[in-house]
Amino acid sequence: MSVVRVPPVLRQEAGGAREVEASGATVRELLEDLAAKLPALGSRVYGDGEIHSFVNVYVDGEDIRTRDGVETPVRDSSTVILLPAMAGGSLTSPPICDRPGSAEPTSPAARRR
Amino acid sequence: MPPQPREDDRRVVGGSLLDLIGNTPLVELERLSPPGRTILAKLEGQNPTGSIKDRVALAMVEAADLRPGQKLLEPTSGNTGISLALVAKLKGLELTCVMPDNATPERRALLELYGATIVDSPGAEGSNGAVRLAQELAARDDRYVMLFQYGNEANPRAHYEGTGAEIARDLSRVDALVAGLGTGGTLMGTARRLRETFPRVQVVAAEPLPGDPVMGLRSLEDGYVPPILDVSKLDRKLLVSNDEAAAAARALLDREGLFAGVSAGAVVHVARRVAEELPEGSVVVAVLADGGWKYLSAPFWSGEEIDEAVLWW
Repeated sequence: MSVVRVPPVLRQEAGGAREVEASGATVRELLEDLAAKLPALGSRVYGDGEIHSFVNVYVDGEDIRTRDGVETPVRDSSTVILLPAMAGGSLTSPPICDRPGSAEPTSPAARRR
Repeated sequence: MPPQPREDDRRVVGGSLLDLIGNTPLVELERLSPPGRTILAKLEGQNPTGSIKDRVALAMVEAADLRPGQKLLEPTSGNTGISLALVAKLKGLELTCVMPDNATPERRALLELYGATIVDSPGAEGSNGAVRLAQELAARDDRYVMLFQYGNEANPRAHYEGTGAEIARDLSRVDALVAGLGTGGTLMGTARRLRETFPRVQVVAAEPLPGDPVMGLRSLEDGYVPPILDVSKLDRKLLVSNDEAAAAARALLDREGLFAGVSAGAVVHVARRVAEELPEGSVVVAVLADGGWKYLSAPFWSGEEIDEAVLWW
């Protein structure tokens, strides 16, 4: 069993849990197991063989998109982290961050008035 | 023995402080590099306002080419705001920064001292609130120009033409580049330039692991991917906890005498891991985004346990 860390935004779907357990030799197998155990959580993260938009999945701290995607191997000792996609460095505090939040991505030219 | 610089054409006399943006030095992290590998830190804290954002601010303002009567507006209280304030001052432009009303006094004071006008947004709404208010202001007043660093192509271009070109000029070998992931500008621009000279360079993002207490998204759909960030251009993307970043920032100071910000700590944490995994003789460049001065009130210098709200840049 691997530990799956659940972000606050998805904890309702995990019955309030910060961490859940799931098993699988790859991220795909693990997420399918997660979806079987916690369908509400699984469906927010994964469907039709793909990770949904705005969700990042990390195995032992590395984004699976820079490894083998859903075929990235998972070990029993692995920690899998689910995170909402976001501009890095942005959530940790408002005071010194520059995150535009959910601002519409607009070209600078379009923003010129 | 680290690679020797090819030449030394660093500018030492500038007609304006803006001429001194970029051309930052590299220094070997002799004590923190794994045996047989070399980590070179690019000291972006040596830019005029103390951060890498000076490059971005200058490039964005010059690309915007404001008409008379127009003025700059940006939802920021971080390094970008301070850099924009300097550039605006020296170019005779007005800058309005929209910032949460609970921003630290140091940040507010710095922006005001540089001459920026500050508009408060509700602190409880965090950065999203600042962005929303800035957008409302821009919609109401057509004199405002919002530069929007997350979607502004001048941001990565500043790193292609500056940060990356300087590294390619200064070094004869680079096996990996490590930089923090914020807007994606540093990584995208620097990597594109370095790959032209060092086609096999590994590009690695150090990404902050957000802390629960301030993880303020209401739904996944509030998530955000900067338009200028293309994750497929990264070879690796590694999470770094606040604890790991702070420990590395302390190690930089304790062992190398280098006073750098917490994101620099994260980058060094990742650079050490990457260097250990590379063959002997490898050279890793770590881009340290800023100095530690703006984080003096943060608790981690003393080695205390860090509140998850401690931040990056």
